[in-house]
Parts: sequence; C-alpha cells; structure tokens
Amino acid sequence: MNDYRGIFADGLWNNNVVFTQMLALCPLMAVTTTATNGLGMGLATTGVLLTSNIVIAILRDFVAQEVRIPVFVLLIASLVTLADMAINAWLHELYKVLGLFIPLIVVNCSVLGRAESFASKQPVLASAADGLAMGLGYTLALTVIGGCREIVGSATLFAHASLLLGDGFAFLETTLIKDYHGFLLMLLPPGGFLVLGFLLAGKRVIERVTETSGVKEEFHCSVQ
Amino acid sequence: MHVTSHWLKPEIRQSVGYPILLLGGVALLVSAAIGIADLGTHADIAQRQLEDLQVTLQQVVPAEYYDNEPVLDTVTVQEGDRSVQVYRARRKGQVQAVSFRTTAPGYGSSEMVMIVGVDRDGKLLGVRVISHSETPGLGDKIETSKSNWILGFTGRSLNDPPPAGWGVKKDGGVFDQFTGATITPRAVVKSIKGGLEFFANHRAVLLDESSGGNN
Repeated sequence: MNDYRGIFADGLWNNNVVFTQMLALCPLMAVTTTATNGLGMGLATTGVLLTSNIVIAILRDFVAQEVRIPVFVLLIASLVTLADMAINAWLHELYKVLGLFIPLIVVNCSVLGRAESFASKQPVLASAADGLAMGLGYTLALTVIGGCREIVGSATLFAHASLLLGDGFAFLETTLIKDYHGFLLMLLPPGGFLVLGFLLAGKRVIERVTETSGVKEEFHCSVQ
Repeated sequence: MHVTSHWLKPEIRQSVGYPILLLGGVALLVSAAIGIADLGTHADIAQRQLEDLQVTLQQVVPAEYYDNEPVLDTVTVQEGDRSVQVYRARRKGQVQAVSFRTTAPGYGSSEMVMIVGVDRDGKLLGVRVISHSETPGLGDKIETSKSNWILGFTGRSLNDPPPAGWGVKKDGGVFDQFTGATITPRAVVKSIKGGLEFFANHRAVLLDESSGGNN
C-alpha cells in the first residue's frame, strides 16, 4: 500500500518536480547560478514541503472540499513565514545566504501541488515521505543545474559552500580554471533554460535506453 | 496516527457554514502562530540586524576613529523629502567620522543602497554597496567580492577630484567605468558625490557642533 521505495523513486526520478512535472521553474531560474545556491534553496524547500505535507495530512479529514485550496495556501504561506522568522533569528548566517530565497518558496507551485495531489489523500507518514522525496528530488535538480551553470559560467563549483553549510564543507569549493573571465549567458536566465533543456533531453535518452534494453523492467521487479 | 472525523457529524460537515468556519478558524490559528513566533523572534532579529549594521559600519569607518558604539549614536537629518539616519563615530566624545546610507537608481528598476563613511574634514573613509540588483557579470563589479573598483573612492572628497572630475571617464571624469556597463558606475559616482554634499550641507549637525564648526 504505502510503497515508500516507490515514493522515493517517484520523487527523485520518475516524477521529479523539475524534470518530469516541470513545476517550480521560476525559483529555479532565479537561484541556480551556483550549485551552493541551488542546494540551499532545495534544502529550504524540502523543509517546507515536509512540514506542509505533514500538517495537511493531519488536517485532511477536516478540510472541506470547497475551501481546500485557500486552506492549503494559508497553511503553506504561514509555514514559510515561520521558517523565515526562525532562520532569521537563530540561524542568521544561513539567513544571509538564503534570505532572498525563502519567501520565494511560497510561490513554488510544487508545494501546493503535493498538498493537493498527495497529502490531502494519504496518511501522515506516507505524506511525510512524499514531501521529503519530492524535496530531495527538487534539491537534486537545483544542485545539478546550478553546478552546470556555475562550471560553464564562472568555472567554479560550490563557491561559498562554507557560508551555507559551515566551515567543514570548505573542501567542496573548487576553482576549475583560474582567471576565467566568465560566460555571462550561463549566469543569466537563458543559461538556466539551456541547461534545463539539455538535462531534460539527457533524462529522456537515459529512459529510452533503459527501456529498450529491458533494464527498467528488471528494476521494477526488484522494487516490488 | 489516524485522525478520522467520526465525531464530526456529517450534518455539520455538510452544513453551509462549515467551510466558512473552517477557513476562518484556520486563518485565526495561523495568524496566532505567526503572532507568537513574531513575539519570540522579534528581539533576536533586531539584535542580528544591529550586528549586521555594525559589521557594515566597520567597513567604512576604521576602528581607530571611535571608542563609542556608532550604531547606537545616531541622528536623523531631513534632506529634501527623505530622512537620512547618520551614525556618529566618536572618540573622546568628539565626532571623528560619520556614516550614512545613500541610494542610487540602478540599471534595472530597483535601487542600489550604499553606505558611506566620511571623516570630519569631508574625506571619504570608505564606500560599500549593501544591496543592489545589477546585472551579474556587468554591473556587479561594484561589489568588493567582484572588483576593487569601489575602494577607489577612499580618500576622495568634494574637491578631490574637483567638481568637474566627479564622473566616469566616459563623461570626462576621473573614475573608471566597467567594460559593458556605464550606467551603474555613473549612478554610483553621482550618489557618492551627493553623499558628500549632504555631509557638507549638514556638517555642523552631523558633527554635533552647535557653533557651526570651523577647524
């Protein structure tokens, strides 16, 4: 019934927010100029997806059909506001990196999407797993796109990661080419669309190859 | 944890008022939650912002200029239709330098906000851009992390360069523009000059000298 492996496979690959559902592209284009920014936005979104799915799954029996969307919007918006305040007050260093992105989570349609299509119909634990899986899938997409744009655009990878994750992660910061003058196009919104387009095409190719060679079926069997 | 609505009678659920009460109740609950969270975080956030401001002020006014807490020693001056909050850096009670925000219209729709430190003789101690939304790779060279350009203003004053030189090189001034971006540096130069004029106009008030100050 509650096939957690299926939930995670959906969130990370089969039904990935970005690569399959094509949702939440607006915050994606705005923040993925570096892998670090993508990771930060992804983790913040994951936190909100997880909590909003839990809250909505708990309340799902009380929410009347006619007003469910306004109720969900209210809940999500206030969760984001609470997260914004808490991070600003108690994790201020993180807030300086993420501050601009946190309010953007409200307009992330995937949060409302998961509330409507999953959490409003499923038990709490499964909804939590779905929120986590979708969030991680989104984080993965943001980090990969951010990484591609960063490598081509400014020849670094995970720049300023220590600001976001703490000094222990300073080893992630890599400069690939010194004195690189930058490829501006990749840092501007068109670069985001280009990278997204190539990655979407890549995902289709992988899916077609695995399908024709029968690997997908085996994979499916092993899951069930 | 299965919450079912057995105790919620179907008649109630299907009544006309139920959705209204539900929506109102949820709104009330989340407003209360946000209100409580605001009470709990308000002081912390104000403190963090004060610390941020302190860090910014330290960049434009060197530590040897003051022994007080400039963040808390402020005076608000009316300039045209806007009021400017000025932070005074004092040593032994005498104002040695002031710092204040100045804004410039950016290339896009939003403003650039800068903080300017000026010593008592009207010489620039430092300028930093606090927030902007200039084009990455073009206009963002006003940030210290991207270029040293903004440091070139340190030590300048209204007469150094002379008024005609307060512009970018393209306009016959002495300050560099960036490759591909003229509008941003032009606006920054103009805004810094405006800041110095503001200081000159209100010098006595800013330096806390009732006599008008002449040294």
